[in-house]
Amino acid sequence: MNVLEGIRVADFTHAFAGPTGTLILALMGAEVIKIESAAHSDVASRDPQHARAMENVGIFHCTNLNKLSIRLNLKRHEAVGLAKRLVSICDIVVENFRPGVMDKLGLGYSALKEVKPDIIMLSLSSHGASGPERGYRAYAAQMGPLSGLSYITGHRDGPPAPIRSTADTLAGVTAVFPILAAMNYRQRTGKGQFIDCSAIEALSICASDILMDYTMNERVRCRDGNRHDFVAPHNCYPCKGKDKWISIVISTEEEWKAFCDTIGNPGWTKDKKFKDGLTRWDNQEDLDRLIGEWTRNFTSYEVMRTLQKAGVAAIPSFTNEELVKDPHCKERGIFAEVNQPHVGEQIQMGLPWKLSNAPKVPIRPVPLMGEHNAYVFGKLLRMSKEEIEKLEKEEVIW
Amino acid sequence: MDKALAGVKIIECCNLVAGPYCTKLLADLGAETVKIEEPGAGDEARKWGPFPKDVPHPERSGLFLFLNTNKLGITLNLKNRKGREILASLVKESDILVEDYPPRQAKALGLDYEVLSKLNPKLAMCSITPFGQTGPYRDYKSYCLNTLHAGGEGYLVPAGNDYLDRPPTKVGNFFADFSCGLIAAIGMLAALYRANSTGLAQYIDVSKQEASMFYQRWGVVRYANENLIISRATEGYWFGGIMPCKDGFIVLWCVQPQEWERLRRLMGNPAWTEEEKFKEFGSVILHGEEANAYILEWLVNYTAEELYHMGQEAGVPFGMVRTAEDLVKSEQMKAREFFVPIEHPAVGAIEYPTAPYKLSENPWHVDRPAPRLGEHNKEVYCKRLGYSKGQLVRLRAMGII
Repeated sequence: MNVLEGIRVADFTHAFAGPTGTLILALMGAEVIKIESAAHSDVASRDPQHARAMENVGIFHCTNLNKLSIRLNLKRHEAVGLAKRLVSICDIVVENFRPGVMDKLGLGYSALKEVKPDIIMLSLSSHGASGPERGYRAYAAQMGPLSGLSYITGHRDGPPAPIRSTADTLAGVTAVFPILAAMNYRQRTGKGQFIDCSAIEALSICASDILMDYTMNERVRCRDGNRHDFVAPHNCYPCKGKDKWISIVISTEEEWKAFCDTIGNPGWTKDKKFKDGLTRWDNQEDLDRLIGEWTRNFTSYEVMRTLQKAGVAAIPSFTNEELVKDPHCKERGIFAEVNQPHVGEQIQMGLPWKLSNAPKVPIRPVPLMGEHNAYVFGKLLRMSKEEIEKLEKEEVIW
Repeated sequence: MDKALAGVKIIECCNLVAGPYCTKLLADLGAETVKIEEPGAGDEARKWGPFPKDVPHPERSGLFLFLNTNKLGITLNLKNRKGREILASLVKESDILVEDYPPRQAKALGLDYEVLSKLNPKLAMCSITPFGQTGPYRDYKSYCLNTLHAGGEGYLVPAGNDYLDRPPTKVGNFFADFSCGLIAAIGMLAALYRANSTGLAQYIDVSKQEASMFYQRWGVVRYANENLIISRATEGYWFGGIMPCKDGFIVLWCVQPQEWERLRRLMGNPAWTEEEKFKEFGSVILHGEEANAYILEWLVNYTAEELYHMGQEAGVPFGMVRTAEDLVKSEQMKAREFFVPIEHPAVGAIEYPTAPYKLSENPWHVDRPAPRLGEHNKEVYCKRLGYSKGQLVRLRAMGII
């Protein structure tokens, strides 16, 4: 039995963040029913008319695995009625429209609670469901800067750096935590609830130490490359090949000694500028240059193997190519092949953890739009074939 | 007030960020969490700032204080046989154990699922390590900076063509560790839910690399599926992006054609937007650099705050590049009570970030600040495990607690 076997999710999410959250539920074995429609196109969708279509299709393909799909044109009130009937046999509702949209559609929490008193409903939005900026629009591009993370990311003499697709995936993953907490609560008490989740806050919380530096000391921390407050070396160093780097962190005397031994104790390692952690930090620019002169003679994999053998934390700045080909990732079974509709064989990733005592849910392809109309409307909602066909003609199931 | 995880008992044997953040998430929702620290030194995070007025003190680390709210703190020496016996007796009456020691070391410290699950057949145990419990890299060492690169995100920052001769830079301070801790917490809740419904013990192997890769799940597979190697150079914005304005930086990014139309109107339909290549959004993005140069001329007349609100009201997705100060002072964060003051005996009342979600039935709440080192020894050892005060003194003398 899978972790969430028997749990049904009505998934009103679109784009990248929301579907990432419901993906995790699907990969844990929940029956996730994605509600789509030909009447409103999704930003990250099957729709090839969109700007950068292939990218959007790629996002769709990695976030909608293992889900079922039905068509419902929510602009029609008959469709809203059907959505409610669906919710009445679900455990969880997840949506990421702008705050207020679900209410306007007649699918707000209070309406859904009437049809399913113990429903757990999560609304994911960029700014949250309350406050003066409720309803402001933000994509991943805006979320990183608004969260405070961009300001502290990048080169000291350069502009703040964007937080790219991670902003979306982090928001989606963040949403799963309170959903599962609410599931545990419902398991114990029988009560459902409403969860308001903000994507920007999901990013901000990852900068908590920097936020605390402001609330404690009124210090506004700025980006500073790879510099650490007191550890050096703490940087990425060039390796053989174009744009190849290795991250190296040396935090203890033991690691420093192991590092010096491994690189053959060249004269500079005995310089008093580098005799202890304090002086190494003070002279880190010199130190970084000298380490780089050593690392650039080797591939990043060679440096990793040599230094890790000696107990020094050195990890290549892996490219996506390296990760896909990496022997460790292969042995861990991170990737799975899946036959996706229209595009054929693809490589996709499953859940980022391994459970000992639960079967692994096999990765299934993304659904075609409306692929599961018959199962959901016919079998689950016990509608007749004629009734379904009629609603299809009337562009309700559309 | 109802707690989502009331009655759940957790033992934490973790240092720094990822493990402690995982259990903080659970403790903040009411799980009774006992944090085990090494006698004398305690959690490594106690040595890391920020500290009030920059004066280091093991009870005043902002990082530690944030990561350990709502936990009970005890000291216990797991290198000692008696210490491991005590750990086993704590595990016996707990639901969850989270540890983050290197795989070989963990077993030596008694953090061994094979042994512990026999003592407690309903135990959900989570190990958080850099590369997981199996595979050729399982014993490799990784600090937060390394983890960011292990998962593929490190290679892509900062996005754009401007600094390709320089090394990639980190994201925030501990981004990779916070995001891994979140994944571990989700894994724990899933295991707990399953343990409650099946009564089966669970071992959860969390690899920080895999957690980081999950956040890059689209980028990583693009090599396999599109034969595309992504890099800082391919990840730059083709239009808009983070741009300077009158008093700092602003971010502009449009996805939908109507957003570009609204931006044109907001700028007062300048003549350049009448050029053929800027008429349609689909064409603008092919001439992003040129468009940006024009837009910049307009941006520099306004402050980030002005552009942000003016844009949003017009349906143009502008975002401010906020500093920590901007965030703490933001009306939005205030309205959402994202920061709340928490009183701690060693530092007084300080504003802490709370959580990125609000549960209607289980409001986020801090019942106790982060524990001082060994603060709850008496409560846990005497009240829970039945040791006498005299025994406590002897355990201390023996270096066990």
